[in-house]
Amino acid sequence: MLRFITSRFLQSLLALFLVISATFFMVRFVPGGPFTAEKAVTPEILRNLEAHYGLDKPLWRQYLDYLGSLAQGDLGPSFKYPNRTVNEIIGDKLPVSAELGLLSLGVALVIGITLGTLAAVRRNTWIDYVASSFGMIGISIPTFVVGPLLVLGVAIHLGWLNASGWYTSADRILPALVLGIAYAAPISRLTRGGMLEILHQDFIRTARAKGASEFRVVTRHALRGGLLPVVSYLGPAVAGILTGSFVIETIFQIPGIGREFVNSAFNRDYTLVLGTVILYAVLIMALNLVVDVVQAWMNPKVRLEG
Amino acid sequence: MATAATAPAAPGLPAGTEPIEKGNSLWHDAWLRLRKNKLAVFGMFSLAFITVACVAGPWLSPYGYEEQNLDLGASAPSAQHWLGTDTLGRDLLVRLLFGGRVSLGVGLAATFVALTIGVVYGAVAGFFGGKRDAIMMRTVDIMYSLPFPIFVILLMVFFGRNIILLFVAIGAVEWLTMARIVRSQVMAVKKMEFIEAARSLGFGRRRIIFRHILPNILGPIIVYTTLTIPAVMLLEAFLSFLGLGVQPPMSSWGVLIKDGAEKMEEFPWLLVFPGTMFSLTLFSLNFLGDGLRDALDVRSSKD
Repeated sequence: MLRFITSRFLQSLLALFLVISATFFMVRFVPGGPFTAEKAVTPEILRNLEAHYGLDKPLWRQYLDYLGSLAQGDLGPSFKYPNRTVNEIIGDKLPVSAELGLLSLGVALVIGITLGTLAAVRRNTWIDYVASSFGMIGISIPTFVVGPLLVLGVAIHLGWLNASGWYTSADRILPALVLGIAYAAPISRLTRGGMLEILHQDFIRTARAKGASEFRVVTRHALRGGLLPVVSYLGPAVAGILTGSFVIETIFQIPGIGREFVNSAFNRDYTLVLGTVILYAVLIMALNLVVDVVQAWMNPKVRLEG
Repeated sequence: MATAATAPAAPGLPAGTEPIEKGNSLWHDAWLRLRKNKLAVFGMFSLAFITVACVAGPWLSPYGYEEQNLDLGASAPSAQHWLGTDTLGRDLLVRLLFGGRVSLGVGLAATFVALTIGVVYGAVAGFFGGKRDAIMMRTVDIMYSLPFPIFVILLMVFFGRNIILLFVAIGAVEWLTMARIVRSQVMAVKKMEFIEAARSLGFGRRRIIFRHILPNILGPIIVYTTLTIPAVMLLEAFLSFLGLGVQPPMSSWGVLIKDGAEKMEEFPWLLVFPGTMFSLTLFSLNFLGDGLRDALDVRSSKD
């Protein structure tokens, strides 16, 4: 098990290094710098600006400098927001996105697992059909269609909630619901599939034969194995929720890191782009690592192969 | 598997089914099963209808997709403009159909890129096995953990919003799963006797891979290709929605949805029609893909 974790960890580190290097050189090789858009920048000012941010040094030097400060947790100054560091900006915006992400993940898991389990237990009844159609609908209608339509209906026509913003706790409902439902759909399908497989197995029959109630059989015996496919989907799901937040934060005008990332790319704010990409990469990889470990813990077959 | 498809008669078929002269090939069986799946049939018909409409519609319409009518402005659906017009007075129906060409085109082209890379990569890894396989699949594992949509966004921002780049970038993201599926299938098939026979006849590796192995794993490849198209179209629309994909006055479903979402308060039809059209297409593709999976009896295992 320890060997398994170590090898996965080293693999993540390598991937992270690749992400950092690829992004660093990609943003440097593109036409147009962060200061080209600014009006009336004389050559001297430009030179001063570049010297200030170390952009006049040779590329390999900039790369090593960046890795050096990164190792100390310093993501450097922002090019577009004077006097602000990337660390500060991320510190401001990340909690907002983290809240949105966790709420959405909660919505996705609760709705998805409940529907999927119900569908499997009541297979081929109307409950199953309703739950399965929900899965298909949720997969096929993208968030950027559901989101605006819900805003149109619930916020603009009915006036129950605000159409955008991130002030009161009621403002959390629509964004978290839209983003959560998108991932509840695949989760419900995976849960249904996993549960159907498990419910046929001998140990379930044994549990029933010993007189365990149906509720107990499902929640205590079947769910642990039945949720395996869901666990392996959690990595992609969280990555999807992270990138999905670009769209949701744009639709609902939420001041989170997703919107900031898209803006920073448009503004060619090199350090902010790099900082957010690294942040996303670390989050996604850390999560994949956790998922791998949990999966191995839940399923000895995976553990022994690793 | 094709080798097991020579069963005599057709015990599984209901009474009254016409006798089948050429015996039951895998494909014939699959077709019969697919035809019984109502949702898959619905998907097929609606896809055919949407494709024909998108290809032929813009020619038949009296309006051009970028033809403006500023005096008219945004108007609700009417006899002249069946789906209404946008704020520049452009006919929404023709923009929707033209956008469909772009969206479907990007979907097909990027899927083709993903298909080609994935099949070749997976087949090579699976066929040769050993160290080469280990290195190739570890690479896929590592790439899986990269935040790819983010890279696609960066590519689009930095290197201009160019449609060729768009589908190359999307295709480069989506081949990973195809490679995994093809590899596991190839590993299963290559141990079979008919491959042994081909080897003993002295056929080269390339011939064995492309003429003997690949035709036998077409089922999973077709199923997964059908399911990749909606994923690709979704990614294109996602980028266009963020303003990074197809650029106006060109139109794609993502562009129209973005436009509609901005103006939905006054002109809801600008959001509702493109949203419905796009979702219907994704639905149909997903239904068809699911139906094909059941019909061809492809298990969604990844090992």
